[in-house]
Amino acid sequence: MKKLTGITRVWRAVILSIIGFYMLLPIVAMADFSTRAGADGGRNFDSWAAIPSAPGLLESIAVSLQLALLAVIGILVLLVPTMIWVHLRLPLMRRPLEVLCLLPIAIPAIVIVVGIAPIYRWLSQFFGSSPLSLAFVYTILTFPFAYRAVNTSLRSVDVNTLAEAARTLGASWPRTIAGVIIPNIRAGILGACVISIALVLGEFTISSLLNYETMQVVINLLGKREGQISVAVSLAALIFAFVLLVAIPTSGKKQEVG
Amino acid sequence: MQIGQQQSAAKKPLTQIHTLETGPSTRGAGLRRALRGLPYLGVVPFLALVGVFFLWPTYIVITQAFVDDQGAFTMEYVTTVATSEVNLNAFRNSIQVSVITALLGGIFGGLLSWAVANSRRHGMFRRATMAASGVFAQFGGVMLAFAFLATFGFNGLVTLFFSENFGDSFLSNPTWLYGIWGLCVVYTFFQIPLMLIVFLPAVEGLRGEWREANDSLGGSTLRYWRHVGGPVLLPSFMGAILLLFANAFSSYATAAALISQGSPIVPLQIRGAIGSEVALGGAAFGKALALGMVIVVSVVMLGYVFLQRRVSRWEQ
Amino acid sequence: MSSNESSLPAVQLNSLRRAFGPVVALNDFSLEIAQGELVALLGPSGCGKTTALRALAGLQDLDAGQIVVQGKDITSLRASKRDMGMVFQSYSLFPHMTAQENVEYGLRLRKESRQKVGRAKRAIEMLELVGLDTQAKRFPHQLSGGQQQRVALARALAIAPDVLLLDEPLSALDAKVRSQLRDEIRRIQLELGTTTLFVTHDQEEALGVADRVGVMSEGSLAQIASPAELYERPNSALVAEFVGLTTPLPCEVIDRRAHLLGSSVPVLPGSVTTGPALALLRPESIDLVPDKQSDSIVLTVSFLGSVCRVIVQLPNKTLLTVQAPSDQISTFSPGSGVGFSFREQPVFAKGIPA
Repeated sequence: MKKLTGITRVWRAVILSIIGFYMLLPIVAMADFSTRAGADGGRNFDSWAAIPSAPGLLESIAVSLQLALLAVIGILVLLVPTMIWVHLRLPLMRRPLEVLCLLPIAIPAIVIVVGIAPIYRWLSQFFGSSPLSLAFVYTILTFPFAYRAVNTSLRSVDVNTLAEAARTLGASWPRTIAGVIIPNIRAGILGACVISIALVLGEFTISSLLNYETMQVVINLLGKREGQISVAVSLAALIFAFVLLVAIPTSGKKQEVG
Repeated sequence: MQIGQQQSAAKKPLTQIHTLETGPSTRGAGLRRALRGLPYLGVVPFLALVGVFFLWPTYIVITQAFVDDQGAFTMEYVTTVATSEVNLNAFRNSIQVSVITALLGGIFGGLLSWAVANSRRHGMFRRATMAASGVFAQFGGVMLAFAFLATFGFNGLVTLFFSENFGDSFLSNPTWLYGIWGLCVVYTFFQIPLMLIVFLPAVEGLRGEWREANDSLGGSTLRYWRHVGGPVLLPSFMGAILLLFANAFSSYATAAALISQGSPIVPLQIRGAIGSEVALGGAAFGKALALGMVIVVSVVMLGYVFLQRRVSRWEQ
Repeated sequence: MSSNESSLPAVQLNSLRRAFGPVVALNDFSLEIAQGELVALLGPSGCGKTTALRALAGLQDLDAGQIVVQGKDITSLRASKRDMGMVFQSYSLFPHMTAQENVEYGLRLRKESRQKVGRAKRAIEMLELVGLDTQAKRFPHQLSGGQQQRVALARALAIAPDVLLLDEPLSALDAKVRSQLRDEIRRIQLELGTTTLFVTHDQEEALGVADRVGVMSEGSLAQIASPAELYERPNSALVAEFVGLTTPLPCEVIDRRAHLLGSSVPVLPGSVTTGPALALLRPESIDLVPDKQSDSIVLTVSFLGSVCRVIVQLPNKTLLTVQAPSDQISTFSPGSGVGFSFREQPVFAKGIPA
């Protein structure tokens, strides 16, 4: 890393201070708001302690966690194999696959939910009104981010050469993919899963408009009645997601010096 | 599991192809060509999921915006959306908020990208910053609305601070938070991290050699940014801003949590339209609005893709 | 330029010192470059050669030491105020500018070339010098690696710098382009008479292009001399082994002569003076003589064009590399016994490692 000159350091400190202040202010405000003890001042953690007993909250957290798990399964079982398969065997489909995976950015959730209502009405005949049927559409919502993470890994490791080497040594396709390719793109897969978990836990648009009770929907409902508790839960969720993302290294692996 | 079956079905014929190719060429040709397409079966499950839960809803939205409740073709909803003052205002507001926050997010996020690019690659600061960015940009939604209520709302930290110390000033009266300007302030909060995520790779792509070449040829810092750094980053920067625009324009959760009554922006109008299925054509109206959104976002994304092409051309 | 100035060295690096934590990149490093001379700094990765070059350019801070160019102390001067032209290993052309615009970049600041017309003229001149005037309007991504480096050279020379600095400019190119461009650089440097510092890890490159070559190791100069002298009279085992091929063979040094293979050769200053040692033999210093009774057997013969490289297995199983003109050696085939005749060329004898 090149050494920072004096004036660069000053600029950097100024920028980080200003932006840092703006970004941290609401977080501090949340901590303050959720720990207020009433009109006389003072602080307590009552609203935090009340979280487990908030109506519907724990159930909705369980629902959202299950949905996150299902989305991760969707990625591992559907997206990753498809991406590997296309990358190795169907180069003509690489572009279409990329377009399909990035399309959810162009067609936002609010638009999807408008068109998906009749589909979910039909679907509820099979799955009942379980919110877990959201897993299908959630998996797709994660695609743009999951695709980017896995694709970066696929391109940084020369997957085609690895596959050819394995194949000429006699490995079958399943063996090649499971034993040679996947271990080498582990970082990308892990990053995709982590981002997807965060995305599913934070999803509100589709679940609220289709009237399913996921974590965010309940937090929102809670906010109308119990301000302090909902702020406390929000802060807790933000911290949880932050810890999740920090703990998993998702940035590119260290390059070997040539 | 279905996928396993498909893949093993795709696997078996590969050995068959080998034996076929040693046989008489005329007989095997048509069959061979068909079998060569078998690996494509591997993408069927994926296409099925995407088709049913993404492409089909999109199709429904786009086509049924033109269908009335008898099933006949009509331009009524689309023309209403395109002409009625309420709807046009919503589009105007949406675009206004999106442009403002895209620019604010772009500028501050751009500066932040530069600051982060100059930090240690695998150090704690960068990891924490990137994690926080991921949280705010993609996870925040509802919770950010509450964060800002806790800050600028009626009992918010800043509101109380200002009313205690500065009396009846602008920041003591939080009704602005629930309007367009409130949305701007709140949206910028997740636009800046998104800019960091999207733009940082471009800033890191600035080669150290260019700065050093500029220096050894006699150029100053200002010269470098004006003639080299700036122009090279410009396409990525504009592309990122387009992405930020699309992001703000499509955003629903934060506004929905913040503004429970009234629909100043398009996504909230869709909420209203869906909610009022009782009124005739409520759903179709929502589809017309959604169609309008699709058009706006598609145009913006096309611009983004075009700019990305320019950038990758230089990267050779 | 008065005769006084021409006898003053163009560049003086005095006792440069730079450490990165515990790693000492420059250890009391001193070097003088004469006016119009091309000095190559040669050494393995991490020896400090690039650090020295970048210190001269002003891109690297120093812990101690002094840099004097044309009699002026520029140690504390910023890179943009020094009059240096630098060519990097790769990626240094501005991607959004054409070749011509790249070359003009440094000229924009200089008073004489402020006018657009004068600038363009000078830029085209420099591109002609490197043979790329026809590509003036092309962008870097439309040029090959070798072409890009030529443009980089033109850009560095356009500002008529005091010193031209080349940081491994050929390392990223493929072999054929490398040797072509190497000769071009030398030709241009001689034509313009520019004082030049050339850093490389490729000894063939350094020897082929420089007036003097400095071999660096661990932050300081091991030896600096003309290519011929470096090759024939290395002052240490390090230099002997880094420059050119050597085969180490056990020998006995008696009275400043190394005795081995039934013959003896004088040893260079700096070698072991008595006792057992390893003689660092150059392939062309040994002549082969057919000897059917010998226990030394030819293993392989590689035809390299005008010379042949023969690998001989000695009785103690050591492998010896010998090089000789092809017409002499065509008589030896794998399996034949050979004897040796040494040319009276001094050789470096190093101590046997523990």
